[in-house]
Amino acid sequence: MLLQQLINGLTVGAVYAVIALGYTMVYGILELINFAHGEIYMLGAYLGIIFLGIFTSMGLTASHPVPALFLTIVLSTLFCSAYGYTMEKAAYKPLRHAPRLSPLISAIGISIFLQNFVMLTQGATDRVFPYRFGASGFHFLDVNVTWLQASIILVSAALMFSLHLFIMKTRLGKAMRASAQDLTMASLVGINVDNVISATFVIGAGLAAVAGVMVAAYYGVVNYFVGYIAGVKAFTAAVLGGIGSVPGAMLGGIILGLVESLGSAYISSEYKDVYAFIILIIILLVRPSGILGKHTEEKV
Amino acid sequence: MRRFANSPLFIALWAALLFLPFRDLRSAGILFALLFAFLSLMFVIKKVKPLSCLPVRLRLPDMAGHRNILLLCVPILFFTFPFFMQNYYLDVLIMFGIYALLAMGLNIIVGTTGLLHLGFVAFYAIGAYTYAILNTRFGLGFWICLPVSAMLSAVAGALLAAPALRLKGDYLAIVTLGFGEIMHITLNNMSRLTNGPNGIIGIEPPSVFGVSLGRPDRYYYLVWAAVLLACFVIRRVTGSRIGLAWLAIRDDEIAASTMGINAMKYKLLACASGSFWAGLAGIFFAAKMRFVSPESFTFMESALVLCMIILGGLGNTYGAIMGAFILVLLPEVLREFQIYRMLVLGVGIVLIMIYRPYGILGGGSESART
Repeated sequence: MLLQQLINGLTVGAVYAVIALGYTMVYGILELINFAHGEIYMLGAYLGIIFLGIFTSMGLTASHPVPALFLTIVLSTLFCSAYGYTMEKAAYKPLRHAPRLSPLISAIGISIFLQNFVMLTQGATDRVFPYRFGASGFHFLDVNVTWLQASIILVSAALMFSLHLFIMKTRLGKAMRASAQDLTMASLVGINVDNVISATFVIGAGLAAVAGVMVAAYYGVVNYFVGYIAGVKAFTAAVLGGIGSVPGAMLGGIILGLVESLGSAYISSEYKDVYAFIILIIILLVRPSGILGKHTEEKV
Repeated sequence: MRRFANSPLFIALWAALLFLPFRDLRSAGILFALLFAFLSLMFVIKKVKPLSCLPVRLRLPDMAGHRNILLLCVPILFFTFPFFMQNYYLDVLIMFGIYALLAMGLNIIVGTTGLLHLGFVAFYAIGAYTYAILNTRFGLGFWICLPVSAMLSAVAGALLAAPALRLKGDYLAIVTLGFGEIMHITLNNMSRLTNGPNGIIGIEPPSVFGVSLGRPDRYYYLVWAAVLLACFVIRRVTGSRIGLAWLAIRDDEIAASTMGINAMKYKLLACASGSFWAGLAGIFFAAKMRFVSPESFTFMESALVLCMIILGGLGNTYGAIMGAFILVLLPEVLREFQIYRMLVLGVGIVLIMIYRPYGILGGGSESART
């Protein structure tokens, strides 16, 4: 029972972690809470359903399910990256030098826009994921792990690992770290800050799209307002781990998923969303910069 | 390449491509044609980059010279509304008043003291539910509940702030957001006290000497009397030593502490007094609707009130009222567009921010930051 809940929690937590990466990367560079990030995740889930629906009507899903799913994920990632890129250029770039709260309000505006855009074009009712995964899986220490759960955990781990490598080993990753430390100094040493910011949004949106497709497959239904609560949870995860820190977002997401699943199993499932926030408040009161966040002394 | 990326053709194509998966080719084609026509028109008119030419920088007329006339005319105009307006418009104006109270309250916390608070709706809910429960369970009247609701909200505001204020900036924001969510979920699940998602019905409207104020024209005066009172009190307080301390904390907390301001005490005071007005707005809302349910107190409300004060101009009391005016009236005006109105509202918020980053009336001070 406990192990089963741990596996369930880990699955959800891995998805939170992947979404949280987008928040934390943008925050690390721009100090902007990108409220529309949850909507990108929602768009990803919808795109997954749309593309897989097309493949299903072509008969591809029935004959080759794995390539169809893979292609769906790739296509939604591409589109969501384009959404992330456009969003940054249209709504945040003009506000680069505005007061700090202006981009936040712009993000809320984008969020309202995207929610209603999806509601108008795709309808206000639940959309069903066109492919049903069976309950088959494997037994591991008396716990039943479905193939879907295993692949969600594996894909998330692979994404986080490759992102870590990307940030640590590549030129662009180095530029991102430099921009996160000091945007002005980074531009002075010849880093094209605009490109770095665009890349951050593209990567974050791509990750959110993968998370969206995985969740749509996991729960089977999607609605146009799923982005909000997932966004809030992922942001909570990012803050929990220490916002701006990439390993922190991963850790925060997994803690959040575990707390939720254990809390709803052993205390009461009605207050599922409350546990996340209670844990957050407790951790922040003990460690005001999150678990892995660096405590920076204020300079005068 | 850059010129091509900013050309109307490219932008229209790009938008149509992004739109395509959500609808069919035909709709994407229509969108492309409309957008291309519109952007080309703009391009020809302005001969500059199409995005930067949409509406030219909004410039408000200089009102300083006409201030006295304006200050005289607006109240008279507002006073005469119930004589000729239909109930529907009065209801909209009553909601405008309630949101103006909320916006002014939040403005103390976010605008004047610089604490980003995302769970403000919790105190609105406390005010509304306090009256709903006291009235339907214990039969207490509006006038007794009025101070009780407002004070309870203020105390709750200070109690939440006491631990949360150890955090800075966005950490404070997420903790307050969490508190708002916890409140929403608790209201939904504490069925014995709050009747869960069904809400509480049968709340009595206020009455004076046996005359019910439930009619929109009477209630209108009651709400706007409260707004005027709030406006007066808040402007007096922000002009006093307390308000100066708040501004000092917003601009530089360390410097303020060095000058002998007890930052913690003043931040607590700001949270308590902001929440006080939210509680007041809550009781007015409950008595107006005669019904409360958790659906009215979601994060969207907090975000909407935050939008109001930033659209109007952070730290500016009149700006808060202006913001409430825009965000309450705009959806009503856009009712003709029916289902598209929230879409337009989202775009509108982004455009206002891009063209007036300091808010429509401008902020209280250029260094507004949190």
